[in-house]
Amino acid sequence: MTTLTHLLFQSYQRDPDRVAIIVQHAGQPDRPVTSRDLLEGSSRYAQAYRQAGIQPGEVVILILQHGEDLIYSFFGAVLGGQIPSIMPFLTEKLSPERYRADLAALIGITRPSAIVTYPEFESEVRAALKQGDSVRAVLNTGGMTSRFQPDLSLLPGLERSPDDIVLLQHSSGTTGLQKGVALSHRAVLNQLEAYSQSLGLNSEDVIVSWLPLYHDMGLIAGFLMPVLREIKLVLLSPFDWVRAPYRLMQAVSQYRGTLSWLPNFAYNFCAQKIRDRQLEGVDLSSWRAVINCSEPVRWESHRLFYERFQPYGLRSNALQTCYAMAENVFGVTQSDLNAQPVVEEIDSEAYLTQRVARPALDGRPALKMMSSGRAIGNTQVRVLDDKHRDVPERVVGEIALRSNCMLTGYYNRPDATQKAFTKDGWYLTGDYGYLAGGELFVSGRKKDMIIVGGKNIYPQDLESIASQVPGVHPGRVVAFGIYNEEAGTEDVVLVAEVDTEDALERQQIADAVRQAVTRNSAIALRHVYLVSPPWIIKTSSGKTARSANREKYLKEMATASP
Amino acid sequence: MDNAMLDTLTEYITTKILKQPGRALNPQEPLISGGLIDSFSLVDLALFVEDTFGVHIDDTELNASTFDTLEQLISLIEARR
Repeated sequence: MTTLTHLLFQSYQRDPDRVAIIVQHAGQPDRPVTSRDLLEGSSRYAQAYRQAGIQPGEVVILILQHGEDLIYSFFGAVLGGQIPSIMPFLTEKLSPERYRADLAALIGITRPSAIVTYPEFESEVRAALKQGDSVRAVLNTGGMTSRFQPDLSLLPGLERSPDDIVLLQHSSGTTGLQKGVALSHRAVLNQLEAYSQSLGLNSEDVIVSWLPLYHDMGLIAGFLMPVLREIKLVLLSPFDWVRAPYRLMQAVSQYRGTLSWLPNFAYNFCAQKIRDRQLEGVDLSSWRAVINCSEPVRWESHRLFYERFQPYGLRSNALQTCYAMAENVFGVTQSDLNAQPVVEEIDSEAYLTQRVARPALDGRPALKMMSSGRAIGNTQVRVLDDKHRDVPERVVGEIALRSNCMLTGYYNRPDATQKAFTKDGWYLTGDYGYLAGGELFVSGRKKDMIIVGGKNIYPQDLESIASQVPGVHPGRVVAFGIYNEEAGTEDVVLVAEVDTEDALERQQIADAVRQAVTRNSAIALRHVYLVSPPWIIKTSSGKTARSANREKYLKEMATASP
Repeated sequence: MDNAMLDTLTEYITTKILKQPGRALNPQEPLISGGLIDSFSLVDLALFVEDTFGVHIDDTELNASTFDTLEQLISLIEARR
């Protein structure tokens, strides 16, 4: 068994002039990064970590935007044997106070030894540090030596064992930042082997990705897999893509892209927000798979996307699905790329009342379900009841999995790690679904997490932010997601109890809640619903019953509408 | 400042982006840095401006340093017409 460090080094030795990554930035010429650039650029960081006294096995947090520095600082840690973890960069609307609090939450649990950021952001990072915490060095991208010859003796990463942790992956918000998924070299490489096989990944492939690298889909499918398996990667900035989704189509056309991954909302977003003039000369016929992953997959979103881009050469069987999670490194299931994902209509009543996915009979109300494919080669999937016993085919239960690429644990969180597994070692995903003929259909979530645009949001984070707004009863707040058909993702609704009945005052409180949530979480709320106490339903133990409150909200909205 | 333009933009933003028809918007209120308009809606706003006023805002300009308030957006549109 080898390590990521060895693969990177071998790739450089084999063909240093091979273009590994084409980095795109709006308004700048494309920048080809060769294997040599990759190793030299990363070695500069490895040297900087070494000079700062950061030891192999210690964590380095990267707070950088899309670009070469992010790539080099990440692989620099891999070469140096440190453990890199990418944190989302501060966006212009997020408040610095919240960012500091998030960073402090991350530092408290993860105990990193170093943080890398831009010179202009260094003071922001230092402001989040406290006397006596784990951070010994804040390195900035301006402090790297310009040219650097890779030296084997300076690559302690080559001494790492396959079972050592190679990277941490966090989801966002205070809760997510306190639960870093720790992955070993072995786990990452086992995943890449099995997942590549299910894709039929080959040297003719070109992966085009705009996904952020702090998220598993971007980090694994859109970064590590192509780099380590020597598949050409065209890397766009998520910041540019959201402002100009057509850039994805132009990049696929220009570089003859064959594979991309998108969260479900991006299918709707691209279909709705790209103009014909932005697609002049665009040819999408090279795309052999556009894989829908990281939020519930919707057939309707695929249909919209196909209708919009079929005139530009998009193939009907290019639209594919996958079910993935950071705890399995990435892919759990993958649809067959040589066919279209299985779509079926199930009886809604049986599904809602008996939790059984029975094919719908003619004329009966039906739900359209799209399969996420079959388990990839190294992963076993089961569906369990609440006592962790297998349920029959087509019965909905919790999805559990086991593989040779599972997380080592949640970093420094043995409590959370233990809770995530059954006694016999199956990982409990917290997602509901059913199996039918080996195909996995993911149907919902056990946990209250909200997924907006592929990003996991913990409702308790939003609730605690809203509780701090003057006029809102602290703790009498509930947040939940509601599916928005047009957007192809969930909208976030927040209900809060307030005392005032005055309409103007309520409007002001609602505005303040909206602003606080956006500034503190980068989430735009769809609806702030202010209510008079007592409205919020709590469980007997005093916890907020989110699904009951969600039902109550939907009922009130249904009766309120004209 | 062109009041008809202000009304058109206010109505579009409150109805389509904020989904709060009838909400008042102060022309000096920071829309982007204040978190009212999220990044997913910026492309909609740019397309609306282009369709309605025939003015192109490049995607590289969709950030708070090009325009943040309605007032700034209107002067940008007026300057390019």
